[in-house]
Amino acid sequence: MDETIPAPFQNMLPAKVLNRDQKLLQWISSVDHKQIGIMYLLLSLLFLVIGGGEALLMRTQLAIPNNHFLSPEAYNQIFTMHGTTMVFLVAMPAIFGFGNYMVPLMIGANDMAFPRLNAFSFWITFFGGGLLYFSFLAGGGPDAGWFNYAPLNEYNYSSRQGIDYFAIGLLLSGIGSVGGSINFIVTILNFRAKGMRLNQVPLFVWMIFVNSFLILAAFPCLNAALAMIEMDRQFHAHFFNSASGGSALLWQHLFWLFGHPEVYIAMLPSFGIFSEVFQTFSRKPIFSYAIIASSSVAIALLSFGVWVHHMFAVGLGNTVNSFFAASSMLIAIPTGIKVFSWVATMYGGSIRFSIPMMFAIAFLIQFTFGGLTGVAFAIVPIDWQLTDTYFVVAHFHYMFVGGAVFGLFAGLFYWFPKMTGRMLDEKLGKWFFWLFTIGFNTTFLIQHVLGLVGMPRRVFTYPDLPGYGTMNFISTIGAFMMGIAAIVLVIAIMKSRKNGVVAGKDPWDAVTLEWYCDPSPDRKNFDKIPLVKSRRPLWDLKHPENPDWKSKIN
Amino acid sequence: MRFVTIFFLQSVLHSASTQAKEINKLFGIFTIAAVLLLLFVSSLIIYICIRFRDKPGNPIPVQIGKNNRIELLMFLFPTVMIAIFLVLTIRTINRVMKPARGQPDVIITGHQWWWEVYYPATGVTAANEIHLPVNRNLLIEFHSADVVHDWWVPEFGNKMDVVPGKNNHIWLNITNAGNYVGACSEFCGAEHAWMRIRVFAEEEPAYQTWLDANKKTASIPSDELAMRGMILFQSASCGSCHRISGTFSKANIGPDLSHIFSRTTMLSGMMPMNEKNLHAWISDPQLVKPDSKMPDFIFSRDSVNAIVHYLTQLK
Repeated sequence: MDETIPAPFQNMLPAKVLNRDQKLLQWISSVDHKQIGIMYLLLSLLFLVIGGGEALLMRTQLAIPNNHFLSPEAYNQIFTMHGTTMVFLVAMPAIFGFGNYMVPLMIGANDMAFPRLNAFSFWITFFGGGLLYFSFLAGGGPDAGWFNYAPLNEYNYSSRQGIDYFAIGLLLSGIGSVGGSINFIVTILNFRAKGMRLNQVPLFVWMIFVNSFLILAAFPCLNAALAMIEMDRQFHAHFFNSASGGSALLWQHLFWLFGHPEVYIAMLPSFGIFSEVFQTFSRKPIFSYAIIASSSVAIALLSFGVWVHHMFAVGLGNTVNSFFAASSMLIAIPTGIKVFSWVATMYGGSIRFSIPMMFAIAFLIQFTFGGLTGVAFAIVPIDWQLTDTYFVVAHFHYMFVGGAVFGLFAGLFYWFPKMTGRMLDEKLGKWFFWLFTIGFNTTFLIQHVLGLVGMPRRVFTYPDLPGYGTMNFISTIGAFMMGIAAIVLVIAIMKSRKNGVVAGKDPWDAVTLEWYCDPSPDRKNFDKIPLVKSRRPLWDLKHPENPDWKSKIN
Repeated sequence: MRFVTIFFLQSVLHSASTQAKEINKLFGIFTIAAVLLLLFVSSLIIYICIRFRDKPGNPIPVQIGKNNRIELLMFLFPTVMIAIFLVLTIRTINRVMKPARGQPDVIITGHQWWWEVYYPATGVTAANEIHLPVNRNLLIEFHSADVVHDWWVPEFGNKMDVVPGKNNHIWLNITNAGNYVGACSEFCGAEHAWMRIRVFAEEEPAYQTWLDANKKTASIPSDELAMRGMILFQSASCGSCHRISGTFSKANIGPDLSHIFSRTTMLSGMMPMNEKNLHAWISDPQLVKPDSKMPDFIFSRDSVNAIVHYLTQLK
C-alpha cells in the first residue's frame, strides 16, 4: 500500500555536519521549502516586532490629550508604516511561511514545484521590505497612510521621497507574492500524494490554493496603481493629480479593488489553520468540509465586487451605494456559515484546551464580534457615521488581529513541534495567550466607543473632550500588555527551540499527512507515504477498524 | 439607545438633526439584532466548551462531518438577516440622501488645514466656525481646495467626503440649537488632527444677527497701534494669502480674517481665540502648528504687537 518516492538530487544533498559559515550560507542559498518557510516566518516575526513597536509609539503619543511626544510628521510616518508593515510584511510573509512549510507536507510532497522561484519570491519580498524601511534613512518614510490616498500622495502635496519608496518597495514585495502564489497553485495541482483528490486536501491547503488565485487577481490592481502613481510623481503624468485634471477617486477605486481582496488574502489561511485546529482538538472531522471549502471560493469571488464599501462616504450616489451594500452583505453568508461550521465541529467532540485550541476559541468569539461590526459597515447609513473613526480602527483590528493574527499564533503553536521537533513551551504559551488576549481586547474594545463619541482615525493628537483622555489611556495600557506578551512569545520560542519537550511525530493525535513524517524533517520529507483514500489519511491509519473511506462520514 | 453608551458624552447616538434620527433608528435596530446574535453564539460556544471538554475515559466522539438540515439552517439564517437589513438600508439611504435642488445654502471648502464657509445668498464668508439656522432644510455643498477632506459632526448624522474636482452635497435639518464639535475625518496631511469643526446651530433671530454682523466690511483701525498693524499687514504680504474685506487683501489661501476676533477658537479649533495665542502664532507659526502653510515672517516683537492689536479690532 505504501508508495516509495524517489528523492530529488539525492547525491547532491549537502553534508550533514556543517560549520557556522556553511550553515549560514546554506540558509541564504537554500531552495528547500522548509528553510524558506522558516525564513518567511522569521521575516514576519521581525517585522511584527518593528510594526508592534510603531504601534506602541503611536499609543504612547495618544495616551493623553494634546501630547507632544511625537511630532505630527513623525506620527504620520509611523502610522503609515505600521499599517503597511502589518499588511505587507507581517501577514503576507507569515502566510507564505506556513504555506511553504506545511503545504508540501500536508499533500505528501517532497518540495514545492519550483524551488528556485520559491527562493526568489522570498528574497524579493525581503528586499522589498528592506527598501520600504530604507526610506527612513533617505529623508523620511511614506506619510500618506497605508492606503495612500490621492492627491495627498502626489509630488505637489508630498514632496519627500517616502511615497516613492512605498511604491517601489510594495511593487517588489508584490512580485514575491505573485511568484509564491503561482508556486502554490502548481504544487497543489500536481504534487499531491497518490490517491489524494483535490477535494480531499486538508482545508489549510485548500485555503492556500484559493488564496493564491486571489493574490494573482488582486495584486495587478495594486501594481497598476503603484506604477501610475510613480509615473505621476516622477514623470508628471496626471492620473490622480486633481490639480491638473486627474481623478483622485480613480486611486481609491484601484486601491480598494486590490485592498478588499487583500483583507481576505490575510484571512483565508487563518480560516484554514483554524479548521485544522478545530478538528484536531475536538477529535472530530471538520463539520461540512464541502461547505467550508466552497464558501471560501464564494468569499474570494465576492471580494472583487465589494470595494466601494470603503468609499460609501465619497458621494457616489444612492444607486451605487445600494448595490455595494448588497454585495458586501452577501459576504456575511459564507462567513457566517464558516463560524457555524466550526461551532458544529466542536459540538459532540472531546475538546482539548491546548494552546492552539485556546486561540481558536478566542478567535471564534472575537471574529463573530468583528464580523457583526463589519455588517454594520455594509449598512450604508451606519457606515456614513462610523467610517474613518476609531470604530473602524477597532473593527478591522478585531478582524486582522483577533482573526488573522490569532490564526497565525494558533498555527505557530500547532506546527512548532513539526518544525523543530519540540513543543512550544506550554506554561509560557498560556501566559502569552492570556496577556495577548486580554491586552488585545483592552486596546480595541474601548476604541469602538471612541469612534461613537466622535474621534476620527489617524489623528496625531486630540482635544481634551470628555472621556477621550480616559478611554485612550485604557487603550494604551492594553497595547503595552500586548507588547509584553510579544516578549513572552519570543522568550518561549528561544527557550523551546533547543530545550523544549521532545515532540515526536504526532504530538496532537492529528489526522493529516504532515504528522506522518519525521519532526523537523530532513531535506527529503517522506520516504514513503500511505495511499490516501479519504480526507483524514492518518485517522484511517490509526483506526483500521473504522476508516473514513468505508464509513462515508461526509 | 442612549443608555447603551456613555450617555453624558457627545456621541453619534445623540441625534440633533432629522437625518441623524433616521440613521440612529436603523443603528438601534441593528445593535439589538447584533447583540442578541453575539450573545447566542458566545453562550453556545461556552456551553459546548464546558459540556464537551475532554475528560479521561471519554469515548472517541462519533465521527460525523455532515448534516443537511443544519447546513441548510446555517445558510438560511444569515440570508434572511441580511435581506431584512438590506431593505432597511436602502430605505434609510433614500431618506437621508436626497438629490440636490437649487442653490446651496452654504458652500464649505476644505483646505489644508482649515474650513472656508461661504453663504451664497448673502455673500458672507467665514472660516472654521460655522453658524447655521435650526429647523431649516439646508443644502450644504462641499468643495476641496487641495486634497480629500471629510466633513463630520457626529450629532448631525452622515459624514461626507470633500473631494477635489467633485462637488458633494448633503441635506441637513438641525433640530436642536446648540454648539457642536466635529472634525475632518479623512486623513489630509500633517495637521489632519487640527482640522476641527465647530458649528453654532442657532434660532433664526440669533442666526440673522450673526449674518448681519458678518456682512459688514471689516472695521477700520481705531487707534495708531492698530493702524500700524494694518499697514504692516498690507505691506508684509499677509494679504497674499488672507482676505480682510474693505482692504486690498482678497486672497483665500488662508482663512478670511475680516471678523476674526468674533470667533471663539483659532487654528481650526486648536486653541481659544485671544491676544496671547495670536501673539504666539504670528511670532512662530511653525512652532505652534508645525507644517501649516503660514510662514514665519520674523517680525519684531513690536510689529507682532501691532498686528495682533489690529486683528483684535476685527470683530
